[in-house]
Amino acid sequence: MIHNRTMIDPRPAPRNTLGPVAWLRTHLFNGPINTLFTLIGLYVLYLLVVPTVQWAFIDADWVGTTRDDCSREGACWVFINARFTQFIYGLYPRSEIWRANIVFAGFFTLIAWLAIPRLPFKRWVAAFALLVFPVIAFVLLYGGYFDLPRVPTHRWGGLMLTLLLATVGMVGALPIGIVLALGRRSNMPIVKSFSVVFIEFWRGVPLITVLFMASVMLPLFLPTGITVDRLVRALIGITLFQSAYMAEVIRGGLQAIPKGQEEAAAALGMTYWKRMGLIVMPQALKMMIPGIVNTFISLFKDTTLVMIIGLFDLLGIVQAALSDSRWLGFSLEGYVFAAFMFWIFCFSMSRYSQYLERRLNTGHKR
Amino acid sequence: MNNVHRSNRVTGVLAAALLLPGLALASTLETVKERGALRCGVNAAQPGFSALDDEDTYQGLDTDICRAVAAAALGEGARVDFVPLDSVERFAALQSGEVDVLSRTTTWTSTRDTTLGLHFVGVSYFDGQAFMVASDLGVQSAKELDGAAVCTQSGTTSELNLSDYFRLNGMSFDPVVFDAPEQSIVGFEEGRCDVLSTDASQLYAQRVQLADPDMAVVLPEIISKEPLGPAVRQGDDQWFNIVKWSLYALLNAEELGVTQANVDDMLDDDSPDVMRLLGRDGDYGEGMGLAADWAYQIVKQVGNYAEVFERSVGAGSPFNIGRGLNALWRDGGLHYAPPIR
Repeated sequence: MIHNRTMIDPRPAPRNTLGPVAWLRTHLFNGPINTLFTLIGLYVLYLLVVPTVQWAFIDADWVGTTRDDCSREGACWVFINARFTQFIYGLYPRSEIWRANIVFAGFFTLIAWLAIPRLPFKRWVAAFALLVFPVIAFVLLYGGYFDLPRVPTHRWGGLMLTLLLATVGMVGALPIGIVLALGRRSNMPIVKSFSVVFIEFWRGVPLITVLFMASVMLPLFLPTGITVDRLVRALIGITLFQSAYMAEVIRGGLQAIPKGQEEAAAALGMTYWKRMGLIVMPQALKMMIPGIVNTFISLFKDTTLVMIIGLFDLLGIVQAALSDSRWLGFSLEGYVFAAFMFWIFCFSMSRYSQYLERRLNTGHKR
Repeated sequence: MNNVHRSNRVTGVLAAALLLPGLALASTLETVKERGALRCGVNAAQPGFSALDDEDTYQGLDTDICRAVAAAALGEGARVDFVPLDSVERFAALQSGEVDVLSRTTTWTSTRDTTLGLHFVGVSYFDGQAFMVASDLGVQSAKELDGAAVCTQSGTTSELNLSDYFRLNGMSFDPVVFDAPEQSIVGFEEGRCDVLSTDASQLYAQRVQLADPDMAVVLPEIISKEPLGPAVRQGDDQWFNIVKWSLYALLNAEELGVTQANVDDMLDDDSPDVMRLLGRDGDYGEGMGLAADWAYQIVKQVGNYAEVFERSVGAGSPFNIGRGLNALWRDGGLHYAPPIR
């Protein structure tokens, strides 16, 4: 009996099941029909990508200061370049832009601090961001104190205004939305009916109507000579509108928590606010993240509607620039720029929410 | 706003809530002087009339009218806060006092003048619907357009004017309707229609956006009346006069040959009309509560009507619109300002 059991050395997998060639074969050229579709897809991609790249990069004009520096064969990024300050800050006086820059820097630093888990003192930074920073930002942007010249709100615009509207709308709508959602689930008849009426009213009208009412009707109800700042009107309208949507998102999350959770907490002798704050809300909020972020993203894009009440948000200022007699005919470049800026912000929000979901995924994975 | 001002506002709300509206309101001139700036409602984006330039300043014919009013009322043409207004909210903004003057390519019509609580002070630009055709068609007059495909915008009076005009002249046309000016110009450029028709001021702005503006010509016919002019609130005749005479001062200055460049030399001119215009002889600002040199300030800081026209929409701009109806009466146009005396 021969007991010569030599193991055969492991050999690499057959060449045609490994590497990029194999990947292509299994995924793209797997049979005649798939091959055909792959080729059609590639051809469509070729038709789309080549002219776009040609227009946006190869034929594009990048340097210069006036319309004459553009050959008009490709994109004229000179237009965006010449108008960049205006697109970011609106009509904010050029000599005072440093103030807006400080606010921008503070804003992004605080967001980064709160978003990156490793950094310490979260509680204090959050309190600072919600209570102190808005005051600092207002004093800096509006001025009137500490010898800072006053910059009236009608000069605020561009990306700055878009971020301001979106941030105030989000930060204001979340707490109001939580209160309304709890109110709608409450057993107290007055609180409940108030919440229902409020939510259904604001959800029943389009945002554009709210803004129109704020800008066209409100001044007619007020006596002549009394005007409420347009930006304030828009902020109030957006916040109230958004809180109604937020309330329904939060109510959805609350309903997903089994009633037993709250009953168990009650059995332990917890008060209403403790039950909500310690047991129900932490579980519910986690599940609501996709819904909340979805609402935030849609709000961010909805801020462009303030254009109709004469506020120049990012899109509004781009459109205003398009009618400058020295820059007529560059609407494509302007809209591509605006779309790109909006995409950056919305995509970042979306990615962060996915990260947050993974991080908070403590046994609720479905 | 300072605190005094704010408390005035609060008192104002209370007073107005208790009393009939319209009581004890300061005159617009006083309000403007106290504020230190004129609030002027303009179009957010209308090439040649009001558009933002690279330096965050509004430029155009409508905005220069406001600068002229500010020069007369405040002595400083730059002290204007421009308020961009939507076409729907413009009248509400004027009625509510959010703006002092509305100078926003607004057509003077009987309905607007009589039912909206506002007064048009005059005509700053005689606009009207016109036709643009490709120059290689060789068309010289709108009368040759029988059977043409005409691009126009939906929801405007343009469509109605078109069908009226073609019916009156016993011609037919084929409408090609677009939603926005940017789309109709693309349609025209792609050859979906032979003719593009909308208000003349806008046609010239659209023409500049063509890859080769010389490929199209605007025909001389104007088929509708669109007199554009500034408007003020009813109930303040002094302010109405100020805005009206600011416009007339621009026109009178052109008629008398007074320009931004020569206005200081013209101070020594001994023509009685020039002396009266520039406040050297008599005080014609007094009746409006203005300084004697109100018209001098307008010409010095803004120029005369010809200068405003040429740099905004005329030869000094990309649009190169001819004076046409907007010439002075003695040059065959319609602008005729009453004399200052």
